[in-house]
Order: sequence, then structure tokens, then C-alpha cells
Amino acid sequence: MSRLTVPKTYKLFIGGAFPRSESGRTYEVTSASGGFLANAAKASRKDARDAVVAARGAVAGWAGATAYNRGQVLYRIAELLEGRRAQFVAEIEEAEGVSRAAAGAQVDEAIDRWVWYAGWADKFAQVAGNANPVAGPYFNLSVPEPTGVVAIVAPQDSSLLGLVSAVAPALVAGNAVVVVASERFPLSAISLAEVLATSDVPKGVVNVLTGSPAEIAPWLASHADVNALDLVGAGALDWIELEIAAADTLKRVHRPEQGADAAAPTLERIVGFTETKTVWHTKSLR
Amino acid sequence: MSFLEYAPAPESRAILSLRDRYGLFIDGEFVDGRGTPFQTISPANEERIAEIASANTEDVADAVAAARRAYERVWSKMSGRDRGKYLFRIARLVQERARELAVAESLDNGKPIKESRDVDVPLVAAWFFYYAGWADKLDHAGLGADPRALGVAGQVIPWNFPLLMLAWKIAPALAAGNTVVLKPAETTPLTALLFAEILQQAELPAGVVNIVTGAGETGAALVAADVDKVAFTGSTGVGRAIAKQVAGTQKKVTLELGGKAANIVFDDAPIDQAIEGIVNGIFFNQGHVCCAGSRLLVQENIHDEVVDRLKQRLSTLRLGDPLDKNTDIGAINSAAQLARIRELSDVGVAEGAERWSAPCELPAEGFWFAPTIFTGVETSHRIAREEVFGPVLSVLSFRTPQEAIAKANNTPYGLSAGIWSDKGSRILAVADQLRAGVIWANTFNRFDPASPFGGYKESGYGREGGRHGLGAYLAPATSRSARAARAVEASAPAAKADAEAKPAPAERSRRTSKSAEKGAAK
Repeated sequence: MSRLTVPKTYKLFIGGAFPRSESGRTYEVTSASGGFLANAAKASRKDARDAVVAARGAVAGWAGATAYNRGQVLYRIAELLEGRRAQFVAEIEEAEGVSRAAAGAQVDEAIDRWVWYAGWADKFAQVAGNANPVAGPYFNLSVPEPTGVVAIVAPQDSSLLGLVSAVAPALVAGNAVVVVASERFPLSAISLAEVLATSDVPKGVVNVLTGSPAEIAPWLASHADVNALDLVGAGALDWIELEIAAADTLKRVHRPEQGADAAAPTLERIVGFTETKTVWHTKSLR
Repeated sequence: MSFLEYAPAPESRAILSLRDRYGLFIDGEFVDGRGTPFQTISPANEERIAEIASANTEDVADAVAAARRAYERVWSKMSGRDRGKYLFRIARLVQERARELAVAESLDNGKPIKESRDVDVPLVAAWFFYYAGWADKLDHAGLGADPRALGVAGQVIPWNFPLLMLAWKIAPALAAGNTVVLKPAETTPLTALLFAEILQQAELPAGVVNIVTGAGETGAALVAADVDKVAFTGSTGVGRAIAKQVAGTQKKVTLELGGKAANIVFDDAPIDQAIEGIVNGIFFNQGHVCCAGSRLLVQENIHDEVVDRLKQRLSTLRLGDPLDKNTDIGAINSAAQLARIRELSDVGVAEGAERWSAPCELPAEGFWFAPTIFTGVETSHRIAREEVFGPVLSVLSFRTPQEAIAKANNTPYGLSAGIWSDKGSRILAVADQLRAGVIWANTFNRFDPASPFGGYKESGYGREGGRHGLGAYLAPATSRSARAARAVEASAPAAKADAEAKPAPAERSRRTSKSAEKGAAK
């Protein structure tokens, strides 16, 4: 006699907790062949705002952690993801209808991407910053600092890799993130949140919303306490309107990317969510 | 007769040989504009200086077309070494004509000659010297080997540092290999037009730099034109409008906008230097400075002493003829700006702050505002929140470093900040927590071409100056697919051979390579 399985309720990830949408709404997520997979939470404007509050509260601690510490935490995510590799492979296989090998390749690449970005945490400032030889008795140094709260519309055509490719670089410098997962493939995003919740990532540093990006993204684009808007996965939305809304508070906007290499791992993705701070300090023997 | 009264020492205007009318500078020549010409006046006495052409949309299109031709036929094909040599020539010509430029700047803008002569114009030359050297070293700009220019840059600059802002914009753009259409501010076009003459003397190829004068509509037309890059310095309101205007395009944008900088004075600060620094921070250039230290945060136990000494010091400042070599405070740049300063000062009084203005005589003609301090200012007051852009200082107090940091960051702006303390460790810790792009410790309002400048939050994005400023006019050589291949190489050794065997094609055509440069709108 086969054992009756215990299915999981997929909820949101806000401030380190897993709440349902305050709206009580869910939407049906189906497999590639049309079978029922889960009722995912359909996040509302209120959920998005709660997520921004959680992210704002987390910025100071995460940005203030040592770069070495942030690198270790990001590496820890890779370790835990590796340990749950089979779960993610099965989830992706079912959701995307791809072969086990393809699903496995996606998970492997996602794990390796965490490792790659983890290694940057205590190095990128040396590449992106510099000492400036000004004409006067001053010590003058430019360093990159995190922009603050970054709202992301994750790539919509992948379960895990697109999400990781968008979230990881924003975390490297010390930003806190509110990410809207792929509408069609939201389950791995919530499973990833379980990994994040147990990887020493401080609560609120990553907040994951599932539901309709078309509905949620405008609230994030116009939210005055969001500093940057990554539209990498917003190509199918009315993203020009989102960019216009973001201009009201002069958010840093990253325009949509299309294709298989959307959100490809680059140093620019890290530096793109930083601000250069230049400090002048007088020199004197007196 | 007090010790402050001495004979006038005006700088001679004879060094200037101005024309009566100036046209637009397009494709290497001065041409008539199709808009209605306007007069540029001296804000110190409201006398007419010259008639200036106004560029309409067609004129702007002509200028952009000239810049595009120059980019495609000449400038993008020229070696970095030769581009650099042109910039060195320009730097030298600016030095040769430095006094003339300084006089013209003070005449047109109203700033004291000692500032235009000792700060603005020397920095203009320094800016061209600095970026000249970069032109043949772009591989080291931090964007990887063989970075590309963006194409045509449309640049709109303000009236507070007319020639210096021109240099901040043009020098890095040309060094990186772009061509330029620049719009000076309506009230201060003069030195940009003298600069056009310098470009002719330098024999810079026609169309590489085009200067279109006019009002806000000319600037809006330039932002909307077929340019690849928009660089703007000015108000946050206009910056916001530009960000909306370019939404959905592939134009790369940098914005250097307003500020409401906190100048934080701890009780262990070197007080004599701090007083000078506070004065320089807000009264330099009549306070027409986006990074001005307009909010003074003083530790409570030294508040009264600092305010008293500030009042003493301000009483010795000499306000008057910008061309007089002894003048400390010049004229407000325009009637409109004067009205704005008066309005916000009246609001300051109405909201309950205490106003003190230096007892100086204001000339009968022209636009003038005495150096003014508001005490008893609260963080909710408009004079503590809004950019006055004039010689008006709001004084607030604090008790602990944490309170100072919280108050300093309590603004949508984030351009600059100052810290005065004798304790190095505290300076560095406070600097870490201030959300501002430029922080001066025990100094204020220092500028250098090697030092990046630009804001956090609603003070804009992108940096000008230094290597970072160069990057604002460049894109990496690699397309996105090439970058992906590089990352695969980094994370999966097995894919390395494959990625090397098939290098992604470097996308050279203007349109496609730009679309590859997505993260560019930082």
C-alpha cells in the first residue's frame, strides 16, 4: 500500500515569516501538463507594502554586517540549496515540464551562482572603489555602498535560476530585497525562501511575493521607500509605466532583459545597486 | 571709518572683447537661432551684456545631427591619443584666457571675481587636463577592455557654475569618445559661448561640440532629441521630469540634482576652522550650490558659541560688486531666484524660526540678499527641508552622534554632508552612516576632477569626476551574451573551452549594442 503524501501549503515570505496573503487570495498553479500543483498565495498591495517595511527594517543590519560575514551567509545559501537539490529538481521538473537533466542543470547553476556572488562580497568594493589623488592635503576615498531597498520583478520564464540571478547580486552589497517571483513558476521561489530562512540571512533581507507581477509591480514602482527597481523580468508588463512611476522618487531603474542570459552574472549587476560615496578628510601634522 | 572700509579694487572689464550678439554654435560655426533671441544681463546691476540666440526644436535637431555626423565620421574613428591631445589643447587655452573667462563669468553670473578667478576657472582647466589623460587609457576605466562610447550626449547645465558645469560635462564625454550638444542655462550663456571660441582656436573638428542656448524648452527639446545619453545638472523637479521623459528609451542618464546638506559640528571640533568651513559651506557662491551645507547641525553645548561666532564672522563679509577683488558675497543670479529666496525666508519667520541677517548695505540696482541665519529651526520647517539655493543657513542642534545622523539623513536628498570633529574614529563612523554621495570631514565644498561627485536618493544618480565620471559616458565592449559566457566560464570550468572557442560577437552597431547595455540607467 502506497503512502499518502503530505502536500505543502505555499505562502509568502515577509520579514522572515511565511504569512498567507492578507487578502486571503490564492491562485492555482499547474504543472506543464495542466495538473494541479498548489494554490499559491496571491499577494496584494498591502502584502507588497508590508514587504517593503520589512526590507527597510533589515537594511541597516545587513548593510552594516561585515563584507566577510555577508559572503559567508550567501555561501551558506548555496550549501543549503545543495542539500535540498533533489526537492528543487523534482519541483522544477514538474512545474516546467523539463527533463530531469535540464531541471538538475538549472539547480546546479543556481547553486553555483550563489557561490560566485558570495565570493564577491568582500572584493567588489576594491574593484568598484578607489583612492582619488586630489590636488590638496586630503585623504580622499570613493567606496560603493548599498542603494537600500531594491524591488525586483524576477525573470518570468524560470523557476529558480532567474530568481537567484536577480536576487543574489542585489544582496552582495548589503541591499534588502522585495522580489516578485515568476507568476507561472512560483513554487520554487517559496521553497527557496525556506532555504533563505534557515541560512542565517537576517529576517527581512529577502522578501518573496507570489501572485500577479502586473498587479503588484506598480505599487512597488511608486513606493516612496523603495530605492531601486529591477525590471529584469518585467519585459511582458507595461514596464515603461513602471519606469515613469519610479521617476517620482528618482529610483534607480534597471530595464527589462530578455532571453536565456537575462540577469547573467556580472560585476555590473552588483555595482548597479550601489551608490558611490566619496569622503574627503583633511591631512595635517598639527 | 571701520577697518572694513577700503577703496574699491575692481577687476578690469577691458580684458573682455564681447560681441553684441551671439548665435548658436553648431557644426563648428556660430549660426542664427530660429527662436526669439534674449538678452543676458549682469545680475549685479541689471545692465544688458549681449543678445543671445534661442534654439528651437529644429535648431536642436540640427545640432544633434551635426554631433551625430561628427561622431560617425570623425570622433569615433580618431585615436584616443588624438582625442586626448585636443582636450589638452582646450585645457591650455582655458588657462591662457583664464582671466578673461573669470571676468565674463562674474559679470554674467554675479559671483565674486575671487571665486571665478581662484575656483571656477582653475577647476575648468583641471577638469580638461584630468580627462585628457584618460582618452587613450579607457581600457583601465573599469569597464573591461575596449569600452565603447555611447554616441551623442545631450547635456543640460545650470547657472550656478556655468563654465565649470560645462567642463564637468564636456571633458569626460569627449575623452570617452562621445560628441556633445550642450545647453547652457538661460541666465548664464556667456562663458559657454566664449568657450566655443576656444574650441575654434583649438581646431576641434566641427560638430564634436555644439552649444545651443535658450530657455527650458530648448533643454527639453534636447532631452527628447535623438541622443544616446542625457546628462543633467539642476533642480530635482526637472530631473524627475527628465527621468520620466526618457523612460522606455535606451538613453543612458545621469542626474545631478538638489541637496539639503547637513553640516555636523561636534563639540570637539576645531572651532576656528569650523566657523570658516560653515561660512564657506553655505555662503560660497551666494549659496547657489547644490551641495551647500544649508543645514547646520551643532552639538547642543556649543550651539550658542557657534551661532555668536558665526554672526561675528558674517558681519565682516563684504557684499557688493562681483568684479571687486575684495568682494565675498556677490549678486543673486536672477530676479526669479531672489524671489524664491525671499519667499522661503519669509516662510522661515512665519513658521517660528528666528531670523538674523548680516548688517550690510545692499546696492540699489541688481539682485541682492544679505547672508542670513535662522536659529530655532525644527526639522519640520520648510527652511530645513527645501533647497533655498541662496545665502540662508538653518541652524539645528543635536545631543548625540546618533541624533545627528538621524537628523542629517532625514531628507529625501542625499548629495553631500560635512562633519567637524577632532576625533578621526568618530568622523569615519559617522561618515559611514550618512546617506550622501560626498562627505567632507573638517572641510567643505572641495572639488577636484579626480574625485567623484553625485548624490544618493533624490539628489540624482551617476557620478561626475574621477574614473566613475568617465564610466558615465562609456559602455562595456561585451554584449550581454558575451558576459553570460564569461560567467559560465567563472562558474563551470567545463564550459570554458566552448566559451573561448566561440567568442560572442562584439556588437558594434549603435542600436543593438545599446540595447545590450541594460543595467545602464543606474
